[in-house]
Amino acid sequence: MLTLSNLMPVIPLIIVATTAVLIMLGIAWQRHHGGTAVVSAAGLVLALASVPLSSTALSSPPLMTVDGLALMGTVLVLLCALVTVALSHHYLAGYLGAKEEFYLLLLCAVTGALGLVASSHLATLFISLELLSMPLYGMLAYSYRAARALEAGIKYLILSAAATAFLLFGMALIYARTGHLDLAGLAAGVAGSADVWTLAGAGLMVVGLGFKLSVVPFHLWTPDVYQGGPAPATIFLATVSKLAVFVLLVRLMMTAPVFSSGWLDSLFTLLALVTMLAGNLLALFQSDVKRLLGYSSIAHFGYLLVAIVVGGTLAVETVGVYLITYLLATLAAFGVVTQLSSPFEGEDAAGLHYYRGLFWRRPWLAAVMTVSFLSLAGIPLTAGFIGKFYVLALGVADSHWWLVGGIVAGSAIGLFYYLRVMVTLYLPEPGMRRMDAPNDWGNRIGGLTLLVVAVMVLVLGVYPTPMIDWVTALSTISF
Amino acid sequence: MILVWLILIPFIGGLLCWQSERWSEQAPRWIALGTMLFVLVISVVLWWGGDFSLPVAGGSQWILEWRAPWIPRFGIEIHLALDGLSLILVALTGFLGALAVLCSWHEIAERIGFFHLNLLFILGGVVGVFLALDLFLFFLFWEMMLVPMYFLIALWGHSGSPGQTRIRAATRFFIYTQASGLLMLVAIIALVFVHYSNTGELSFSYDVLRNADVPEPLAFWLMLGFFIAFAVKLPVVPFHGWLPDAHAQAPTAGSVDLAGILLKTAAYGILRFALPLFPEQSQAFAPVAMTLGLVGIIYGAVLACGQQDIKRLIAYTSISHMGFVLIALYSGSELAIQGAIVLMVAHAFSSAGLFILSGQLYERIHTRDMRMMGGLWGRIPVLPGFTLCFVAASLGMPATANFVGEFMILFGTFPSAPVTVVIASIGLVLAAIYSLLLMQRVHYGREYRTGPLAGPDAREYGMMLTLVVFTLAVGLYPQPLLDTTAAVAGPVAELFNNGADLIVRAGEVN
Repeated sequence: MLTLSNLMPVIPLIIVATTAVLIMLGIAWQRHHGGTAVVSAAGLVLALASVPLSSTALSSPPLMTVDGLALMGTVLVLLCALVTVALSHHYLAGYLGAKEEFYLLLLCAVTGALGLVASSHLATLFISLELLSMPLYGMLAYSYRAARALEAGIKYLILSAAATAFLLFGMALIYARTGHLDLAGLAAGVAGSADVWTLAGAGLMVVGLGFKLSVVPFHLWTPDVYQGGPAPATIFLATVSKLAVFVLLVRLMMTAPVFSSGWLDSLFTLLALVTMLAGNLLALFQSDVKRLLGYSSIAHFGYLLVAIVVGGTLAVETVGVYLITYLLATLAAFGVVTQLSSPFEGEDAAGLHYYRGLFWRRPWLAAVMTVSFLSLAGIPLTAGFIGKFYVLALGVADSHWWLVGGIVAGSAIGLFYYLRVMVTLYLPEPGMRRMDAPNDWGNRIGGLTLLVVAVMVLVLGVYPTPMIDWVTALSTISF
Repeated sequence: MILVWLILIPFIGGLLCWQSERWSEQAPRWIALGTMLFVLVISVVLWWGGDFSLPVAGGSQWILEWRAPWIPRFGIEIHLALDGLSLILVALTGFLGALAVLCSWHEIAERIGFFHLNLLFILGGVVGVFLALDLFLFFLFWEMMLVPMYFLIALWGHSGSPGQTRIRAATRFFIYTQASGLLMLVAIIALVFVHYSNTGELSFSYDVLRNADVPEPLAFWLMLGFFIAFAVKLPVVPFHGWLPDAHAQAPTAGSVDLAGILLKTAAYGILRFALPLFPEQSQAFAPVAMTLGLVGIIYGAVLACGQQDIKRLIAYTSISHMGFVLIALYSGSELAIQGAIVLMVAHAFSSAGLFILSGQLYERIHTRDMRMMGGLWGRIPVLPGFTLCFVAASLGMPATANFVGEFMILFGTFPSAPVTVVIASIGLVLAAIYSLLLMQRVHYGREYRTGPLAGPDAREYGMMLTLVVFTLAVGLYPQPLLDTTAAVAGPVAELFNNGADLIVRAGEVN
């Protein structure tokens, strides 16, 4: 029986959904860009403030589990969405078409992501995943007059639909064997021996989720979509979408043993290895920062898959810490791209040549970019190093030497392109400055947010204890 | 607390340099100079008041120690400690850091503040390496000094040949050291987790891990993980690919830091971590390490003879000299290990001197190609004489510090590995050849161009004179240096030999 107390745990989700409705009504009444952005941000902040309420609530609503992992996912999703909103405002200010709908799409997608991190039933899983993906098509193709954005949106739409078909087929197979759709029942149903149909079903689901995470054989959409989509949509795709799907994958692996049994375990090892190596290798000679970050995110999810292979409580902690460090660095890097571009001026300033000598024109922006790339490369004193340390420790503690070797090789290869971008920032400029951030960028909300994110990267790199404590406290899964 | 300040001072100074550029062009230079001299003064004061005798049983081996919890989740703490060896190397860092600032006084004309930020961050990282005792902290500093060094080479380096070779050299340097560093990180983590599964205690502390009981095949691999990281930085021959390019493209200050201090962090790492953590495995590995050292001595010397670029030549001689250090470290003899420390200091002086001189030559004739030199003795006053001094030091002339170091190394290693010593002595002959070749091709012979060139100004004169004085002082009276480091070298040698005894005894029992 659904009671009001059942709804308390999902109050952040309800607040975000309500904000989306409010914004829709607001747009119908009167268009106002600044107001819409403020209302969206306020809704997200309110949702964030309501998280403590949901953590004290006792019973979860049906089809959902609000446990430590879900709360961690909720907080991270909301924070990333907040940063995206802050960065979008400046970016969209120059856009000629309707601006307000972007926030509407974004809030719908956030609702989906919030549902996804807490779902413990294949039905909620599917609905949330679609609620997350559908608005993303629109966001990616938002500046549809630019050919690349339209291409990105349609590419993501078609490939994503194919992946969804795989996911559904996998669910159907598992349901046919076990007769359960909830994770607990499903786990009990396949306990003992998993036959070939259950394994095949699990494998198909992994394919569907692997697509969203751009794990290597299913990664082909990533660079084009990252490059083509408007920068704020790409930020959302790279952070919120991937984060929510990964949290879900962790939940699946930890609760339903079928996902880590038999050959699926070796499959994951192989996928992790191939992903971290291919992601880094393909990024080597990219001359477009957004494309490069796309490949780099592929590699990072390769490292994260190590946690899926190993399993256990330390793995959940690793996932939490690594996700935080990855999110911060990605937000900062894409944030700089966003600050430098606007759809009003055609394509985004993503070509590497726009960044030549950035340090001598915009020292703080270049410093933010440097910090984020150092963090992505996993250099000490940035948060990225703590994440890499966790992943390595996890691999070593469980004696997965192949994966450890893969991480070392992948990081060494990765350095090459991270360094290339970093040194470009400091090379003397040849006199060309086509795209630039507005002079007062530091005063704008987006610029300030970016600085805060970069400082967080440094602070968590020097003093990671609060982050570790928070993640440790929340790395509990119940089912 | 003074140890924390030793590390923090260069970092704070670096940030000040960066911001002070807006006041005046000279401000960053003076601030950087002051910062490094401050570090030097602190370490000299510590040396003056320090007691470097062997610790009594149960006493601490550290003169100063400072620890604070940092990441309790993994038992990581900020643990700094200072003994004779670290003190000598920290003082050396302060001294060469000041020289690096001085020698780039005119060479670096643009982006001065950012240059000194990078320079001081490198030095801060190096001081951290010499003081850190927690393995996580050590690794952190070990990696941290790479990034500013990368920028130093990539942004202020020379592009010897067309294209962006300085960026390529910098990238190669970074990838070599970072990849090998990650192997060390894996070894550190594995060591920690083995200790954890044995005792249930998660700790990165040096004192705790020294007593970790690692099962045999794994221990060897872990030792190798440490060794490779240090071997790349030293550099030992198959891992030396980054060094000649990095030196050739780096600005003078970068070369001075690289040859003078960064290479020493590797020798320090072997002495402080690789040997005490894995004494038995190191003992078993010693023949391989010594062979690699021999290969390095001969290879570096032979290749040095064939170089046209004066900085590449000096870079290859570094490989040769570090071969001696490697042999000494794995000889298990207290005398040889002390010799290695002396040679490290001596090499820091002589290679810094030669690199600064080649920088000064470059400022005058705008080339580092020795085919375009020749006959400079008659054209430049004073500098060729200084060159002769450092060349003599580099070839191990008696009365220079290098002689003392090499002599102690060969003498100390002879009882345990006579064949190695005999072959290594060939390196001394080759050293004479390449050193004199350098002198001959640059300063004697036919004049490539004519016309007098400017002599050294007071700054250049002062730098050279200080270095010569130090080289001769250590060469003539090395006893204070030996006294300071005796308490470090002795226990390491003892540990190394006891480990071997244990193996022998185990063999007898079997």
